[in-house]
Amino acid sequence: MSADDHVGSGNAKHGFWRTYVFSTDHKTIGLQYGLTAMCFLLFGFGLMLLMRWQLAYPEEANPLLKNLFGENHPFMPGGVMMPDFYNQLGAMHGTIMVFLGIVPIAVGAFGNYVVPLQIGAPDMAFPKLNMASYWCYFVGGVIMLASFFVPGGAANSGWTSYAPLSVIATDGQTFWLIGMIALITSSLLGAVNFIVTIIQLRAEGMTFMRLPFFVWAQLVTAFLLLLAFPPLEAAGILQLMDRVAGTSFFLPSGLVISGQPLQVAGGGSALLWQHLFWFLAHPEVYVLILPALGIVAEIIANNTRRPLWGYRSMVYSTIFLGFMSFIVWAHHMFLTGMSTGISSFFQTTTMIISIPSVVILTALVISLWGGSIRFTAPMLYALAFLPMFAIGGLTGLPLGLSASDIALHDTYYVIGHFHYIVAPGTIFAVFAGIHYWFPKITGRKMNDTLAKLHFWPSLLFMNGIFMPMLVQGLAGVSRRLYDGGAAYAHAQDVLYLNKVMSHSAFGLGVVQVIFIINLVWSIKSGEKVSRNPWDATTLEWAAPSPPLPHGNFETLPVAYRGPTEYSVPGSSSDFTPQFQAEES
Amino acid sequence: MSKLLGLPLLASEHGGKIDQLIIYVHIMMVVLFVGWGLFFAYTLIRFRKSRHPIADYTGVTSHTSTKLEIGVAVAEIWLLVGLSIPFWATEIATRPSRESNPLEVRVIAQQFAWNVHYPGPDGVFGRTTVALVNEQTNPLGLDPEDPHGSDDVTTINQLYLPSDRRVVVNLSTKDVIHSFSLPEFRVKQDIIPGMSIPVSFVPTMTTATMREIQKDEKRNFEIACAQLCGLGHYRMRGFVTILPEEEFQNWLDGQVQEQQEGEDDIWG
Amino acid sequence: MDIPYIVHARPDTGVNNGKLGVWLFLASEVMLFGALFSTYVFLRVGASDWHTWHSEAGLSIPIGTTNTIVLITSSITMVMAWASLMMKEFGKFRLYFGLTIALALVFMLFKAIEYNAKFSHGHFPGTNNFLAIYYVLTGLHALHILGGIIVNSYLIGPGAKLWRTNAAQFTCRIEAAGLYWHFVDLVWIFLFPTLYLL
Ligand code: HEA
Ligand code: HEA
Ligand code: CUA
Ligand SMILES: [Cu+2]
Repeated sequence: MSADDHVGSGNAKHGFWRTYVFSTDHKTIGLQYGLTAMCFLLFGFGLMLLMRWQLAYPEEANPLLKNLFGENHPFMPGGVMMPDFYNQLGAMHGTIMVFLGIVPIAVGAFGNYVVPLQIGAPDMAFPKLNMASYWCYFVGGVIMLASFFVPGGAANSGWTSYAPLSVIATDGQTFWLIGMIALITSSLLGAVNFIVTIIQLRAEGMTFMRLPFFVWAQLVTAFLLLLAFPPLEAAGILQLMDRVAGTSFFLPSGLVISGQPLQVAGGGSALLWQHLFWFLAHPEVYVLILPALGIVAEIIANNTRRPLWGYRSMVYSTIFLGFMSFIVWAHHMFLTGMSTGISSFFQTTTMIISIPSVVILTALVISLWGGSIRFTAPMLYALAFLPMFAIGGLTGLPLGLSASDIALHDTYYVIGHFHYIVAPGTIFAVFAGIHYWFPKITGRKMNDTLAKLHFWPSLLFMNGIFMPMLVQGLAGVSRRLYDGGAAYAHAQDVLYLNKVMSHSAFGLGVVQVIFIINLVWSIKSGEKVSRNPWDATTLEWAAPSPPLPHGNFETLPVAYRGPTEYSVPGSSSDFTPQFQAEES
Repeated sequence: MSKLLGLPLLASEHGGKIDQLIIYVHIMMVVLFVGWGLFFAYTLIRFRKSRHPIADYTGVTSHTSTKLEIGVAVAEIWLLVGLSIPFWATEIATRPSRESNPLEVRVIAQQFAWNVHYPGPDGVFGRTTVALVNEQTNPLGLDPEDPHGSDDVTTINQLYLPSDRRVVVNLSTKDVIHSFSLPEFRVKQDIIPGMSIPVSFVPTMTTATMREIQKDEKRNFEIACAQLCGLGHYRMRGFVTILPEEEFQNWLDGQVQEQQEGEDDIWG
Repeated sequence: MDIPYIVHARPDTGVNNGKLGVWLFLASEVMLFGALFSTYVFLRVGASDWHTWHSEAGLSIPIGTTNTIVLITSSITMVMAWASLMMKEFGKFRLYFGLTIALALVFMLFKAIEYNAKFSHGHFPGTNNFLAIYYVLTGLHALHILGGIIVNSYLIGPGAKLWRTNAAQFTCRIEAAGLYWHFVDLVWIFLFPTLYLL
């Protein structure tokens, strides 16, 4: 952190490596995060496309991959997927999407790039830590990918890695655990950095109640990462010990695996893993959604040209949500043999936690009322987010009541529930954010027509994938089935939906090409725009596009007012930026 | 209504209450979503830029939304306190009384099969030991020294139960976590290694009746494994046959006899 | 542009960046060790022969007590080191800070003797769950000590050059290192009774 790292004199004196690879500039690191995470998202989606082929056409050779794997390949001999490979793909899809895709893009990329700009800071508080955080993430990702090439393949016990299955699994699980420890370290470093940055580096006049909602969302997210990840780190260490040091933290006595008594001391508890895992993983799901809500709130205010309605209640709800998310974890464990007392506690907290979500979502729709709504590309994605999140959130309610969870637990209903939140929800928010901040990053706009060509089919296909899941779930079809339920009589009536979902997924895959083309093309050839093309109010738009390396602003801005002062009565323009000294 | 939601056929006593809860929750969800959605669509049309070029700084001033939020909370409290918690207390977490004369069965899950264990005429389960487990001849590790074990009946993947009588299934597993799911009976219970967890329910429909309703002579009630348990998870399927009490007794007696005749081969 | 508040406290929050960062880091450490302590409780409550395991393990209370005293002393020397810097007495700082590192090494030495004794009796992590959680808790704690030794050695060695160019920032770093060190000490003060005495 020597002083000369941060003079606003540009990159001239840094070489290629320091500028693009081992950079300490929050913007470069943000872009590194973003690009890496997008590759992982695409890769995770690719794994899912393989699975969706198998689900629609169980045990038929995949026409595209017939010749890629040999006849004796353990994964897909002659293009036919093996059950064990299906399980590997499922576990890795979940892990990659959550820990290597969404969290890095929502927090690492958007948080890194936008938060310092929005609070008017020259950089993150600890630039070197920031770099270390990215590289830990990168290493974690490489370890995860490498695990496909170890004997027995990647982890195959689900993203939840329930013991004892995960303890007796092949070496891929060890890679998974080590990879997770690297990813957790990365998140912890990042979380400390975000919190310190937001608390300490706010520009003059940027009081807490003048922070853009996006910054609030990132702040609460950072606290969740800071406090929820360590227990999983502990759990990961314990499981690693079980696997390599012969302990039995998660292994009770008297297990018989394939007819052979398991030779361990025993005396452990399989439920202990679940408690430690869900203590992380429930807060984690809010890590997936809060930054998305933040992005959407920014874009809605900007495109309705009026202030966010109920900004304060949104902030308080977010904080409350953060607190509550630490005491609902066992709603994933209703069916592990719970007493009435414990199950009542966790279903009550689960119902309580749904209320702040309702408040936030209500505030966002009410913000539309009285606006002058511009249907720009980012706005389309942001608007679509709302009903999609609503479906995802509402379907959480029957899962949160322990009695109805009996029927729905571990069925495709659960899969449908959270995919509505993370796929047409969070992923759409990510698309919205990319389109919205692209001009800040490149000085150019993304193509509007291409964006719409990508948006509408994506929305359609997303629903084509996830709505049938809810239907299958209600019919009782279990998740994680290699043949998609083909063997079960009770699944027969809804089996045809597997094809609907898979073809929608393939369609979704195809239309992503439009997005990628738009992204790449616009970097070089998008329409050039001014530094504030959306007529927005927050501080990032006071900086040049792209913002100055190491320092961001020509002079540090001052915040004179709240974050969304649009259409102020009596003002000459329909937006009054935070950085504008007084009414003109 | 349960048809509309596409719930499986209902074949147990307590299942109706679960269905009822699912239906009520979904009604609430649909009402919220539709109401919310109409408002959403209306604002988008009414306040689009071409129709409403100048935005309104203040926007909504009424407190209707707060009232609606309180309404949502009240509805959730009702579902919780009125339905879900009492259901859990009476149906799930309470052990059935002796008077209900429950049939006790053990189900021992393993990768990837369901071992079913009936106590036989003496009503007492034979002792089992890990050391005696042999996948071919003695999958449960039944101890031949224990007299209670000699009349026990074991089957694999076939669970026979009487109708209209309370059943208590004691669930345990030999290896990893499985989940005992009977979709038609609205029964699902994770099976945790090292624990024995009872589930109790009353089947109300015989397999024969179900076949009539489904118009399918070969259809069975199924045991589905709902928790990922390894590469054979998807085919860890069992069958439940519900017989009228009398037929069930006949079946059980037949099994006892068969097993005792066959037993000599195993234990001499 | 420089990052503000590296050395001086921000007026409205009352802390500088480094200090806040360390506090947050320590909060996450509380969660980490908290999870492991919960594991200890969970396992112990579920076990029938915990006491047998415990007495078989034969943890040496004298060694444990000595190590507790060693660590507490090192915390005191840590405070003295920082206080010396505040009084601009760099020589004294070297002495006290060096002592802190030395005491940490003594702690590690005792730890090694203890582990060695266990291994030679065939007491491994896989032997039973008491030993398993014992090794995990003390091992992770020892790793924290080790990390402290490495960072502190840097600070007293090459890192000490900062004293001449920016004394205030150097003092901040020592203060941060001190906070960490007190925390590691505190963890041991919980570990010792939990594992050795209870
Ligand atoms: C970002 C991710 C995310 C989010 C935000 C949520 C949000 C919620 N989740 Fe979800 N959940 C997951 C991701 C997520 N979940 C995942 C990944 C799993 C599966 C893990 C696995 O097993 O692999 C899961 C599983 C899961 C379970 C376990 C199911 C089981 O395995 O049996 C439960 C049970 O309680 C649950 C409940 C809830 C609830 C009550 C909410 C609530 O917070 C939702 C609150 C939102 C609303 C209630 C809707 C919003 C409001 C409106 C629509 C406005 C209404 C209108 C007016 C005011 C007029 N979830
Ligand atoms: C954040 C989390 C996340 C996301 C986004 C997704 C996205 C998707 N998921 Fe996933 N899923 C999980 C988390 C997620 N999933 C988890 C946790 C599980 C449980 C695993 C388990 O059982 O253990 C699961 C399980 C799961 C199953 C159930 C498998 C089973 O039970 O056997 C299915 C089935 O269809 C599925 C499908 C999909 C599909 C079609 C998408 C699609 O929506 C994907 C859409 C993706 C994109 C649209 C990519 C966009 C990116 C780009 C376009 C980038 C451009 C790139 C560059 C410029 C380089 N998922
Ligand atoms: Cu047994 Cu899945
Ligand atoms: Cu949850």
